[in-house]
Amino acid sequence: MSDLFPLKQVMGFALSIILTIIAACVYFFDMSMPITMTILLVTAFIQAGLQLVVFMHASETKDKPAIYTNIYYALIIALVTIFGTLLCMIWGYL
Amino acid sequence: MDYFERFAIPHPSPAIYASMVAIGLTVIAMIVGLTYFKKWGYLWREWLTTVDHKRIGIMYLISALLMLFRGGADAIMMRAQMAVPDNKLLDAQHYNEIFTTHGTVMIIFMAMPFIMAFMNYIVPLQIGARDVAFPRLNALSFWLFFMGAMLLNISFVIGGSPDAGWTNYFPLANNEFSQSVGTNYYLFALQISGLGTLITGINMIVTILKMRAPGMTLMKMPMFTWSSFVANVIIVFAFPVLTVALVMGTFDRLFATNFFTTSNGGMDMLWANFFWVWGHPEVYILILPAFGLYSEIISTFSGRNLYGYKSMVGSMVIISFLSFLVWTHHFFTMGQGALTNSIFSITTMAIAVPTGVKIFNWLFTLWKGKIVFTTPMLYSMLFIPTFTIGGVTGVMLGMSAADYQYHNTMFLVAHFHMVIIPGVVFAMLAGLHYYWPKMFGFMLNEKIGKVTAWIIAISTLLAFMPMFFSGLDGQARRMYTYSASTGFGMWNMISFIGAIGLTIGFILIVYNVYYSIRYAPRNVGSDPWDARTLEWTTPSPVPYYNFAKVPHVISTEALWDAKYRQHDLFPEQYENIHMPNNSGVPFILGCIFFAWGFSFVFGMWIPTIVTTIGIFVCMAHRSLEKDPGHYVSVEKVKATESKLRGSQS
Repeated sequence: MSDLFPLKQVMGFALSIILTIIAACVYFFDMSMPITMTILLVTAFIQAGLQLVVFMHASETKDKPAIYTNIYYALIIALVTIFGTLLCMIWGYL
Repeated sequence: MDYFERFAIPHPSPAIYASMVAIGLTVIAMIVGLTYFKKWGYLWREWLTTVDHKRIGIMYLISALLMLFRGGADAIMMRAQMAVPDNKLLDAQHYNEIFTTHGTVMIIFMAMPFIMAFMNYIVPLQIGARDVAFPRLNALSFWLFFMGAMLLNISFVIGGSPDAGWTNYFPLANNEFSQSVGTNYYLFALQISGLGTLITGINMIVTILKMRAPGMTLMKMPMFTWSSFVANVIIVFAFPVLTVALVMGTFDRLFATNFFTTSNGGMDMLWANFFWVWGHPEVYILILPAFGLYSEIISTFSGRNLYGYKSMVGSMVIISFLSFLVWTHHFFTMGQGALTNSIFSITTMAIAVPTGVKIFNWLFTLWKGKIVFTTPMLYSMLFIPTFTIGGVTGVMLGMSAADYQYHNTMFLVAHFHMVIIPGVVFAMLAGLHYYWPKMFGFMLNEKIGKVTAWIIAISTLLAFMPMFFSGLDGQARRMYTYSASTGFGMWNMISFIGAIGLTIGFILIVYNVYYSIRYAPRNVGSDPWDARTLEWTTPSPVPYYNFAKVPHVISTEALWDAKYRQHDLFPEQYENIHMPNNSGVPFILGCIFFAWGFSFVFGMWIPTIVTTIGIFVCMAHRSLEKDPGHYVSVEKVKATESKLRGSQS
């Protein structure tokens, strides 16, 4: 029976609902901008990771190393682009 | 009639009217010719609907050569205007339009399809595959690229050319300062062809990862395949940035948003930032496959394996990462602080290290090699010193403090031409001569080829070296004229002579193709250069299923080891070959995209809506259609092989 019950998926589903509720709270409670953005960003990234691993089966085939290399590379490029842009457009801008 | 007034040219001249007549006559001549010789069916069956990677590669090649001449014509007009002080050949507006078109055409519609041509043609052959992973998608990529290119090319006769530079910097490119629809053309032409490039990127990555011959591990792939793989990874990560930036720019121009404005919360330098986040990796998308071609050519004509295979791969992977870390060096003078500029200076100079590794690997490959000076080898040898001039001046530009002196002068123009012409154009010409027998079954004439190579190399130096000097003397780029008292006259005249030399060189290439079609012997065999990799095991020209038997690979130089070390490449028996079916949908979808872009450019909303629906109909058709492909029978394969190879197999 335990083999048939998709525990991982049900847990993932519950977790993604909880994350959505936490993110939705931002709208209902009066919080400052930095806190709002922090909550949204953190929940969004956990949500995205959850979807990739649990529902898009990122780690269940023999392509696992290729998929993860790809994701990490994309993540690094994205972070470099965002922080580089912030650096030269805002933080480092005289 | 009011409706059609929008198609008028905002800034006409007799030359443009003459071009309109010429374009009209050419189109009529093509239609009449195709009808007279009854070639419509042939064109449709063999080319427009093809999903064969080799045919698509050849179509990319033809487009690239056409665009080379389009961009070259722009270049010679610019150089003619600048040749003497206070010249009146072109006015400021036409000069703006011409340098914008020159840059856009040369990068997006000449260099990109040129590398796409080689990637499409060579990569599946090098890895022992029968086509790319998604052949239909490959056809779609080509038609999207082609329609994007056509969209930009009709701009100067319908509605006006883009005139904000190939970098299209906002706010200059917004409605206030660029009032004609030219910039819309730029945005949609790049968007449509960029979509095609992105699709190719994914297609090639999957092809290389999934469709290699048995035994060919990643570290046994030929160097051109490795370089294409790395370039396509960069495409997949860089092009989305361009896509987004183009959409934002389009919204600013057509729907009055304020992404790149100076007021209402817009950020006026954000376009430059996004453009170069894509633009710098784009440079490496162009140069890495070119480096791959040089690696193949230098190794073949030195009669040696490539020195430092692993360091070659390693340096490309490092370049692919570093290429995303340096983009700010394109606008050091924008106003960031010293810390920011220093960070990007250092990352910029760091890129010189893996590039240097590659140069030394080529030199060590030559070391004690049995060097044969064929035309492709001559281009590769001319590349190394000329490219070094471009590279060294690049390091000068990369120092942010000194960049304030060089920025926006002809020094910069000289630098990037001295990098891109030897780096990319020489490689493409070398590749053209090298792979010509594989593509068409006969060689290009060696004697004309070598003369051409020397003419092009010397003319490149003649055309661009003077710009270093006039640039240091203060000649700004993109000025349409200058006075005699500046003293730039002599330098620009030398440049003009160099530009004429380049024109002669490119005409000689056309002559060489013509001469070789008429006189070159046809029985060149499958391996005319005594080469080392799998593509040369196939007959020339290549049958449409590529490999009659799937090759089995155990080394990096499969063919060489089969020839001289008795490796058995084809241990299998003949089998039925599964091949994809042709389809007209990619071409039709491309045409609809063209109409879609054109409608958007002029803000004609009803055609826009109709064509958008058409795009989705085509995609739905693809989703619902059953396309199992077809089998080529063993008998047919055997018959084709014995016809192509004579009696030997």
